[in-house]
Amino acid sequence: MKSIDLLQTASSNMLRSKARTLLTVIAIFIGAMTITLTNGIGTGIKSYLNRQIGNLGATNVMMIQLTDKNAPGPGSASSAPAAYNPQQKTQASGMRGEVRQLVMTSRDISTIKSIPNITSATPEHVLSADYIMGTGGKYQLSLQQQFGSTTADMLTGRGVGIASAQNQITLPDNYVSPLGYTDQTIIGKPITIGITSAEGKQSTVVATVTGVQQKTLIGASAAFINTALANQLYAIQSTGLPSATADSFSSVEATFPTSLTDAQITTLKNALSAKGYSGQTIKDRENTVFTVINVIIIVFDMFGAIALLAASFGIINTLFMAVQERTKEIGLMKALGMSPKRIFTLFSIEAALIGFWGSALGVGFAALLGKVINTVATKGFLKDFPGLTLLTFPLTTVVAVIVGIMLIAFLAGTLPAFRASRKDPIEALRYE
Amino acid sequence: MKITIATKNVTKTYGKGEAALKALDNISLDIKAGESVAIIGKSGSGKSTLMHTLALLDKPSKGSVLVNGEDASRMSGRQLDTLRNKSYGFVFQQFFLNANDTVLNNVILPLKIAGVGRRERNKRAIEVLKAVELEDKAGSKAANLSGGQKQRVCIARALINNPSVIFADEPTGNLDSVTGKTVEDLLFKLNREQGITLVIVTHDKDIAARCGRQLHIKDGKLTGRGEI
Repeated sequence: MKSIDLLQTASSNMLRSKARTLLTVIAIFIGAMTITLTNGIGTGIKSYLNRQIGNLGATNVMMIQLTDKNAPGPGSASSAPAAYNPQQKTQASGMRGEVRQLVMTSRDISTIKSIPNITSATPEHVLSADYIMGTGGKYQLSLQQQFGSTTADMLTGRGVGIASAQNQITLPDNYVSPLGYTDQTIIGKPITIGITSAEGKQSTVVATVTGVQQKTLIGASAAFINTALANQLYAIQSTGLPSATADSFSSVEATFPTSLTDAQITTLKNALSAKGYSGQTIKDRENTVFTVINVIIIVFDMFGAIALLAASFGIINTLFMAVQERTKEIGLMKALGMSPKRIFTLFSIEAALIGFWGSALGVGFAALLGKVINTVATKGFLKDFPGLTLLTFPLTTVVAVIVGIMLIAFLAGTLPAFRASRKDPIEALRYE
Repeated sequence: MKITIATKNVTKTYGKGEAALKALDNISLDIKAGESVAIIGKSGSGKSTLMHTLALLDKPSKGSVLVNGEDASRMSGRQLDTLRNKSYGFVFQQFFLNANDTVLNNVILPLKIAGVGRRERNKRAIEVLKAVELEDKAGSKAANLSGGQKQRVCIARALINNPSVIFADEPTGNLDSVTGKTVEDLLFKLNREQGITLVIVTHDKDIAARCGRQLHIKDGKLTGRGEI
């Protein structure tokens, strides 16, 4: 029998007992829909977070801190307290000072720079500007220095030029109109930042706006500034501080070549920890978030998988009944020279077809539902998260779900198909 | 292709030991190409088993079936399937038509199994439906046909692959005498005009009498030849 004939025969066989096929298809439909929806939510949130995390910095940036052997955490209770080191400074932070941070100095910068593959190391100073001013009034703003090449999600314009000698800044979109501009007109305009030195003297610095940031989930209301601006601001801010205090910071942003492989990054991290530092890339931070999301998705996928497991028994049952009903027909086909292998294929195709229709309808319905939910959500409870498409259905996932379910259906069909292929034509054709 | 079928000491046993039942007991016979042979016997005599064995649908417990002198037990499953598909035609008492399918689709089944293309098999189907005078029913559902028409569709299906041998198991058993006569005439016409070997299992004495040779079977044994 030709493949096209097998497919056509299997297809028309499937439709012979319409109600029974429909019920089995519905069972698969539910499983396919569940899996597609949970994966759609997962992909949607992940791609959104990817862009959000892009706002935190570039992928070739590593945040380096001193490894605190006294840090509270699993297993730390039993370990001995760290010995006093006169060269090691600490500072308390957090509301009640319960978070103790080890303070780094320029000595650490040179140590870090000496590690292979570190291309730059910049101290991350906490900058506190007093105000920001455009053509109108003054507004409060928090600043964040941008490290590495920027991947921030821009509404208009582009990110700051890290290495640019010009003072550059990107602003959250809600600052644009208070500063007296629109999203388009603000690009390239100068704005003024007011900052007070340790001596209590307020000065101003002018910076050029290069872009307007998409409203974000992480680091929502901070403006990003380039190195030139950050250095100038810190110089003002630290004027009057004792030199030891001015030269203290809690973390270092180091860059490494973008060409590094994951293994090379691991080697780099090991080199850092050998010197008492711990490095965390954007990817590491991303992975922490993604692990949580993945666990949630897996739990939901389990529900889908259970639905599919139940559905595959439905397929087995449906086909067993079909084999029983078509005993004579199978006998006739065998008598007329159809090989057991072809009979097996015929029933397996029928099973895979049931899987195909169930999954295709399930995936299709999920996509439709996703579209409706996305529309409702972006206008409703996700209004504050522009750029978030709650459900995303990449073609690869859709195809993978359909193919996966067809495979499950095929496997479920093998048992009845095997029974069909073993039918004795004599037994089947014997008069009852 | 001309086909001769022979059996050599064929025995078919069902069950084991004390309860063993001999459906066929040491049967040796020869069927020449172009012959018409009736297998006659009461129900349970083993006549259907004999036909199934001759048609290579069943394997003997002992002895051998020879097709053109070649031992069928030495042929592979695929060879047997191909032989049945290309050279044998089957007509059953209970028709075994797919009731919900069209006459055309029922008739083309052997060619579909053989992997013949749609255009070729449809052309062939119209030819054989003409031969059984049912070409106007090609598009009808098999379920809507009368008994006699159904059996003629079966004959058309048996003819579609230009068989050398047609095995007919009680072809008129489910038909009234008038329609039975039509079907009977059709089968013998094929035997006469196209030289197709006919092997008919029947307990109808008239049909048996029209065959060139009669094989009487009783308790799995051949009891005599030539008489009714």
